[in-house]
Amino acid sequence: MSDVADRVKKIVVEHLGVEEDKVTETASFIDDLGADSLDTVELVMAFEEEFGIEIPDDAAETIQTFGDAVKFITEAA
Amino acid sequence: MFDLTGKNALVTGASGGIGGAIAKALHAAGATVALSGTRVEPLEALAAELGERAHVLPCNLSDAEAVDALPKQAVEAMGGVDILVNNAGITRDQLFMRLSDQDWDDVINVNLTSTMRLCRGVMRPMMKARWGRIINIGSIVGATGNPGQVNYAASKAGMVGLTKSIAYEVASRGITANCIAPGFIGTAMTDKLTDDQKSGTLAQIPAGRMGAPDEIAAAVLYLASNEAGYTTGATLHVNGGMAML
Repeated sequence: MSDVADRVKKIVVEHLGVEEDKVTETASFIDDLGADSLDTVELVMAFEEEFGIEIPDDAAETIQTFGDAVKFITEAA
Repeated sequence: MFDLTGKNALVTGASGGIGGAIAKALHAAGATVALSGTRVEPLEALAAELGERAHVLPCNLSDAEAVDALPKQAVEAMGGVDILVNNAGITRDQLFMRLSDQDWDDVINVNLTSTMRLCRGVMRPMMKARWGRIINIGSIVGATGNPGQVNYAASKAGMVGLTKSIAYEVASRGITANCIAPGFIGTAMTDKLTDDQKSGTLAQIPAGRMGAPDEIAAAVLYLASNEAGYTTGATLHVNGGMAML
C-alpha cells in the first residue's frame, strides 16, 4: 500500500474510530464507516492539512470512499 | 466559576458601550481578547486599559473581504478563536414606507451578513478544537418588532434563525451557538432617543430602569463559559421584563 494510502487510512481510523481492516478501497465513509455529513467535512479538512493541499468543495463532494480519497490526494499532491 | 483562562475571544463592536463591557468581562475572567470595531481610538484606549491579553483588530463590517479576513487576523494575533461575540450592529431607522433599499442593505449587511461570515470563519478552528462558543447579540425587537425598525428587527430576527441552525450542525462537536437579546440598555445607541421616547419606553419596563452594558456582559460571560456547555440554540432575553419570551 502506498504511503498516501497509509496516511489517509490513519486519519480515517482516528477520526471515525473504526477498525483498520474496515477501511477498504470501496468503503464508503457514510454508508460503511458510520460518518455523518459533518464527519466528511472534517475528514477533508484533515486531508488538506496532512497533505498541504486545497480540496475545493465540488471536489470534496466526489470523495465518498476511502479509495476516492486516496486517488484524489495522489493526483493533487 | 466562569474561568476563561487560556481562551481567546473575538468581540466585534468593542468600541461601543455593550461591546466594551463584554470585552472587559471576558478579559476579567482570564480570556485573551481581540477587540474589533471601526473606530480605532476607543479600541486602543480599551486595549490600553485592559493591558496584557488585549489586541486591537479594526474592521469595517460592511466590507466583505475585511470581514472574511478578521477571523484569520484574530488567529494570528491570539493563536486561535474559542469564543466569538458578534456584537456590532447599526441602525438606520425609518418608517417602513420611507425605507430605502440602501438603508435595508446596510443594516442587513453589517448586522446579519457579517455575523454569518464571522461564524463561518471561526468554524474550522472550533471544530478542530472540539470546543467553541458563538454568542450573537440580537435585540428584543428581533422578537417583538418595532415601528421604524423594519430593517434592524429583520436583521436581529435573522440572527436567531442563523444561530439555531448553526447550533444544530455543530452541537456534537462541543460548540454552542446562542443569542442574547438585550432590551433597553443605556448606550450611545439609546442616547439618540428623545426624552419623550425614553420615558415612554421606561413605562413599559417592569424593572423601571434601563439596563446596563455590564448586565449584557454578564450574560455573555455565562454563555462563553464551560459551565454553559449544554446551553445551545437559545436566546437569552435580558430586558428587565420588558418582554417575557
